[in-house]
Amino acid sequence: MLLKLAWRNIWRNKRRTLITVASIFFAVLFSIFMNSFQKGAWVRMLDNIVNYYYGYGQIHKKGYWDEKTIDDALELNEELLQLPAKIKGLNLIIPRLETFALLSSGEHTSGMMIIGTIPDTEDKLTQLKSRITEGTYFDKNDKALLIAEGVKDLLKVNLGDTLVILTQGYHGVNAAGKYPVKGIVHFASPDLNKRMIYLPLAEAQILLGATSMATSLALQLDDKDYLKSVIVELQERLDAETYEVMDWHAMLPDLVEAQKTDAAGNYIFLLVLYLIISFGIFGTILMMMKEREYEFGVLLSIGMSRRLLAFATWIEILFMALLGIIFGMLAALPLVYYFKINPIDFSQYGEGMAETYAKWGFDPIFPTVMDASLFYSQAILVLIITSLLALFAVWKVYKLKPVEAMCD
Amino acid sequence: MDLIVTKGITKIYNPNKIPVHALQGIDLTIKKGEFTAIVGPSGSGKTTLLNIIGGLDRQTEGTVWIEGTDLTNLSDNKLIDFRKNKIGFVFQSYNLIPVFTAAENVGFIMLLQKRSKNEIDTRVLNLLKSVGIVEQMNKRPNQMSGGQQQRVAVARALASKPKFVLADEPTANLDSKSTTDLLDIMENLNKKEDMTFIFSTHDQRVIDRAHRVITIEDGKVVSDVNSSIN
Repeated sequence: MLLKLAWRNIWRNKRRTLITVASIFFAVLFSIFMNSFQKGAWVRMLDNIVNYYYGYGQIHKKGYWDEKTIDDALELNEELLQLPAKIKGLNLIIPRLETFALLSSGEHTSGMMIIGTIPDTEDKLTQLKSRITEGTYFDKNDKALLIAEGVKDLLKVNLGDTLVILTQGYHGVNAAGKYPVKGIVHFASPDLNKRMIYLPLAEAQILLGATSMATSLALQLDDKDYLKSVIVELQERLDAETYEVMDWHAMLPDLVEAQKTDAAGNYIFLLVLYLIISFGIFGTILMMMKEREYEFGVLLSIGMSRRLLAFATWIEILFMALLGIIFGMLAALPLVYYFKINPIDFSQYGEGMAETYAKWGFDPIFPTVMDASLFYSQAILVLIITSLLALFAVWKVYKLKPVEAMCD
Repeated sequence: MDLIVTKGITKIYNPNKIPVHALQGIDLTIKKGEFTAIVGPSGSGKTTLLNIIGGLDRQTEGTVWIEGTDLTNLSDNKLIDFRKNKIGFVFQSYNLIPVFTAAENVGFIMLLQKRSKNEIDTRVLNLLKSVGIVEQMNKRPNQMSGGQQQRVAVARALASKPKFVLADEPTANLDSKSTTDLLDIMENLNKKEDMTFIFSTHDQRVIDRAHRVITIEDGKVVSDVNSSIN
């Protein structure tokens, strides 16, 4: 009967109820969409950054990440190479030998990053092959280079031209070689686009005097949800005195900070949104309590306990919130789904925007994510806010004096 | 049997500012089965006295006993419970719950008393029959006339099987026909079921039907006439 009383009461003033429900509806809809959009954008960015080069995690010789010198290369042994077969969720490891070098062609010389890698496995992680814009992809036995598009412009080279590499190899050996350009690769990030040079791993090891060595092993996972468990298992299996196992959080602290900053901005926006909605709901509660004061006085007079009356009033307010939440979630569902399969492409809104995103190394494409937690977290949040606001009504019921309430 | 006894009831509003002496030492005894009207001009203290007897307000001084229970000593919650089980209220503006039907309005108080559904259904039907409004049982208050609503209010007041019914100006908003019908119903209930009714009223038609008329002026009882003519 109390539920019936509460439910029917919310329809006594339909316009007020509809305004309240609508405000909760829009709050839930916007917050779910915004969170889903923000999370989607970050997942996409992360995938871009991680899949463009780093991988979700890497194994190095202990101390390598601080100095990033070839002298801290690790020995590629069977224990490391067999890890994907032993660890659930770890699909592949991509060994790389990385160092900086001077590259020269004719009268043009510039500092570049040399990456020795296994072509097949590299392609599985970073889809390097798909980014070839000129020439062909290399294979493991080639003695040829892939260069980024920017390098081509910087050093004024074309396919088939020879580049001279001069650097310091493992433990100070002189490293010099000349290689033809086999392919040109496009990188979205202008920074990567002007300094990336790929060599087959075996050839890089010979060039740098680092036979059977690698500076990093990038990890490719079956799914990014395995990241935590894979990192933990790797840390357990590998000698901590010899190796360091890092996830992307540790490797890219700037990215983590940027994500936190973005999330904080989002939280502030949501806080303002919920503050406005809270005032709206509170206004409704105030009006409701004023309008119904006489009636509450009557109910107390005829013997309804304050506890029951407070509960019925509280439930009545929660019913309105639930209606707004349910409709908000139902409306958010197709909206989020639509933008998941039809992501917003900011390149349509001007080249400048696309370039800005490209500068940071990712496509200007922003999908939403369908994550149940985004839906129920907002629902719970609104319910908590409304429940707390409804406590005002409860307090008023407990303070109400029937005789005063019934004095018009 | 003494149902209600008041001794030296005094009520002072705004005691610390400009005190208003609403009641000044009211001594009353009302027996079971009385059909009593409390009359007096506006501001004489009728409603205040009814509120204090009904446990809705507390006196500044004095004592109220209902069937031997001193209301002064009851906590707020116990007082609500006491009202629920012992007192029926009929208000001037009917004050039915607008979202409930007539039957639900009558049954609601029994639900608060945790009666069984069968008992509630049976009693609701009987009460609505006794006030002659069973055809309207599924109508909401806004679908009924003032007279019909007041009959539902009487049925609601009786639903909890109270010891007495307090009616504050019950006929003030009713036309002559409805007033007569309502008074017939209440008088009938008084005779048949020995139900005690206490009215505060200005209405001469109610005063004419009352068995006892207590007149209050300036917060004091100025006359108390027991009439068996009616």
